Amino acid sequence: MNNDTVLSLNRLSKQFGTVVANESVSIDLKRGEILSLLGENGAGKTTLMNMLFGHYMPDSGSIDVADANGQLTPLTLGHPQAALNVGIGMVHQHFTLAENLSAIDNILLGSESLFAWRRSMHQAREKINNIMQRTGLSAPLDTIVGQLSVGERQRVEILKALYRDTRILVLDEPTAVLTPQEADTLFANIKVMAKDGLSVIFISHKLREVLAFSHRIAVLRHGKKVGEIATKDADEKIISRLMVGADTPPTPRETMDVGAPMLQLIDLSVTGQSARTTLEHINLTVSANEIVGIAGVSGNGQSTLAKVISGLIAPTSGQVNIDSEQVIQFTPANLLKAGVGRIPEDRHHDGVIGAMSVAENLAIESLDSNEIQKNGFLRRQQLTLNAQRLSQKYDIRGPGTEAPARLLSGGNIQKLILARVFEASPKLILANQPTRGLDMGAVSEVGKRLLQARKRGAGILLISEDLDELLALADRIIVMHDGALHPAPSHDRAQIGLIMAGEIS
Amino acid sequence: MIRIEPREAPSRRLTIGIPIASAILALLLAAIPLSFAGANIGEAYQQMAKGIFGSMFAFTEMLTRATPLIFTGLAATLAFRAKLWNIGAEGQLYLGAMAAVAVGTGWISGPPILLIPMILIAGALAGALGMAGPAYLKTRFGADEVVTTLLLNFIILIFIQMMLEGPLKDPMGMGWPQSSPVVDNAILPQILPRMRLHYGLVIALVAAVIAHVMLSKSVWGLKLRAVGENAAAALHAGIGVKRTLMSAALISGAVAGLAGVSEVAGLRGYLTNDLSPGYGYTGIVVAMLAGLSPLGVVIAALFIASVFVGADTMSRAMGVSSYLADLVVSMSLICVLIGGFIARFTIKITPSNKKLSTTGSGAE
Repeated sequence: MNNDTVLSLNRLSKQFGTVVANESVSIDLKRGEILSLLGENGAGKTTLMNMLFGHYMPDSGSIDVADANGQLTPLTLGHPQAALNVGIGMVHQHFTLAENLSAIDNILLGSESLFAWRRSMHQAREKINNIMQRTGLSAPLDTIVGQLSVGERQRVEILKALYRDTRILVLDEPTAVLTPQEADTLFANIKVMAKDGLSVIFISHKLREVLAFSHRIAVLRHGKKVGEIATKDADEKIISRLMVGADTPPTPRETMDVGAPMLQLIDLSVTGQSARTTLEHINLTVSANEIVGIAGVSGNGQSTLAKVISGLIAPTSGQVNIDSEQVIQFTPANLLKAGVGRIPEDRHHDGVIGAMSVAENLAIESLDSNEIQKNGFLRRQQLTLNAQRLSQKYDIRGPGTEAPARLLSGGNIQKLILARVFEASPKLILANQPTRGLDMGAVSEVGKRLLQARKRGAGILLISEDLDELLALADRIIVMHDGALHPAPSHDRAQIGLIMAGEIS
Repeated sequence: MIRIEPREAPSRRLTIGIPIASAILALLLAAIPLSFAGANIGEAYQQMAKGIFGSMFAFTEMLTRATPLIFTGLAATLAFRAKLWNIGAEGQLYLGAMAAVAVGTGWISGPPILLIPMILIAGALAGALGMAGPAYLKTRFGADEVVTTLLLNFIILIFIQMMLEGPLKDPMGMGWPQSSPVVDNAILPQILPRMRLHYGLVIALVAAVIAHVMLSKSVWGLKLRAVGENAAAALHAGIGVKRTLMSAALISGAVAGLAGVSEVAGLRGYLTNDLSPGYGYTGIVVAMLAGLSPLGVVIAALFIASVFVGADTMSRAMGVSSYLADLVVSMSLICVLIGGFIARFTIKITPSNKKLSTTGSGAE
């Protein structure tokens, strides 16, 4: 088999209402090939993959998959089971794990017969251990998924796909939550597996990874394939021009002298239920005109730190000062009042109320203000005017200010949250994974806004797993590992990676 | 091949149209058991309509029946909007009724302008009190309010029975387990002469309007909706989730309590332990049929009251069981639930493609 194409998408189109998600997209994938699928949010990557995986039914077009003999055979569309049967595996951007089951149960879920008398756990465990050894992915198999960090959950997802003898693996932004070293290991091992015959479709926003890792790059824009290029002929400039249609200027930043301390954590400890929710003797100062970056693999205490500063949990011991005022009562309302603006990690879960309107979501943190209400009643007109102004200022695009927020795309939801946070002119901004899952346009918007706030005199605590983002934005980088903070000596990628992995000199 | 895909936003026409279509469909489906019962279907429907619109008396009877359903429907709506599943409106109704007779049967005397507000407030407080326990257990310990409120219904009913055999028993009642009659000055007056319809209906309508305004226009309503739709985000945004839940619970209980006051002071005149034929539970159906909209509750309550009253007339005239009314009410709820599902999804029918490639092969 010389022309060993294993997968061929033929002129796939999909329309949701009036929105064209995909228009006549054709892509071929060869055996052992790593194909990067690039595109801004809303470019149609996820829809395309959902059609491949049988979650969506294409309006037109067909999909051919090579069978065991290498013969291209049409795939039954719209049936996930058919896709699974021919060896298409997918790791979704949003995890599809059952939180109340253990990692191993999740991996086995769906691949066991419902009517089997007994479970051959031993064999399964052996197979998984084998995969873990081969790929370097590790996850605590017997822990309940609900207790795992985001990073670990993703590894379980990948293991789950690999466990099913996948021949074509789709990875939807898999590295968002891994350390650079872990990501490198993942890449290295996927490369090995690709040599072994695994074909990979790799969806990412990170150009550096795409360039380092893949064989071929296909770019989607507005639902159409706008380019396909062999990676060896590509560079960041060419690709980003294909993706957004223009060069993205690097975020400009100026050096600034820091001002008064806006956030002081003094010997802060939180005794959590597990190691990942525990903080040990944290000391940290974030001053005005300063962005302090917290790097680290998820599950090392970042969420707990963010929860304390958001007012969702109270520390076991230690002190938190906002603008030199000690926080006594840890409630979200109190910390808001103290001048903390919070960009939550999970914007869908904590950031917006999907069923309520954009206008209401914009107002929800300032319900006491006289602009929003009068004698306990909402000033609807004011709310709408405000929302229209902010939608324009922050470029929130969607079906309108009175439409439910869940109709907005991820990037626009984040812009809504940015508008809410920045309009309150907070003294301290807690930005927890503010660019996760956003497209390049939205990412640069977040960076621009954070730098503006820094210039205005806010202190910013930026928690991120994206080292590139921290290196670009943060004045200082501090690594969080096992619930403790370790200042990074410099903006040195390799060194920070080592501290993240726990190898502290 | 038939595929079911999620719809992004159900249109306004659908959200209003589906309950109406469900109600009509449920009425039509009633033809099936009617024909089993051997009745002439056309005549049965005619009798049903006559039972509702046939005379002024029939129509006011329907409105009288709708009155407690508006209250209990509102009680369910206010709680459910906060995702607080108050199943205890039945018990709260009885508590309200008991408070009304405790206050309104003689130990205070005064003009109606004083006594009527007093029994209303007493009933509302008692109803709220009935919801305070479950709400506290939920916000403090996370106890499931479905269980606590439901079980409390039975406790309250037995408690009422005890009170009717004891302190509240009418000494002139010839031994019947019933309370003394509510004094004349505390009675909710009739709206029309010689009709049973009383001013409880007006209070219920005012309550519905207030609930609508509070839910859609007040900051409290916004907080309540926020907590109901996404408690985590509401908490994050600085809304006092527990306090909001507590207030929703108490107001829900209070409105259910008003249903009891309205029944005892507007219709019966005294309290017995069969005051409500399950108005508290039917209120849940009313609320669901109304799509948890306070103004919709009024319409839904009128519909369900019509079904009950109409089916009564029909069963008398045709000799079929009056349980048909329960059947229609149940079927309309099922239709609404299915309709709600359809509203959230679209069903797409595409020509089936029998191009199945592999089953079982492929892996390894």
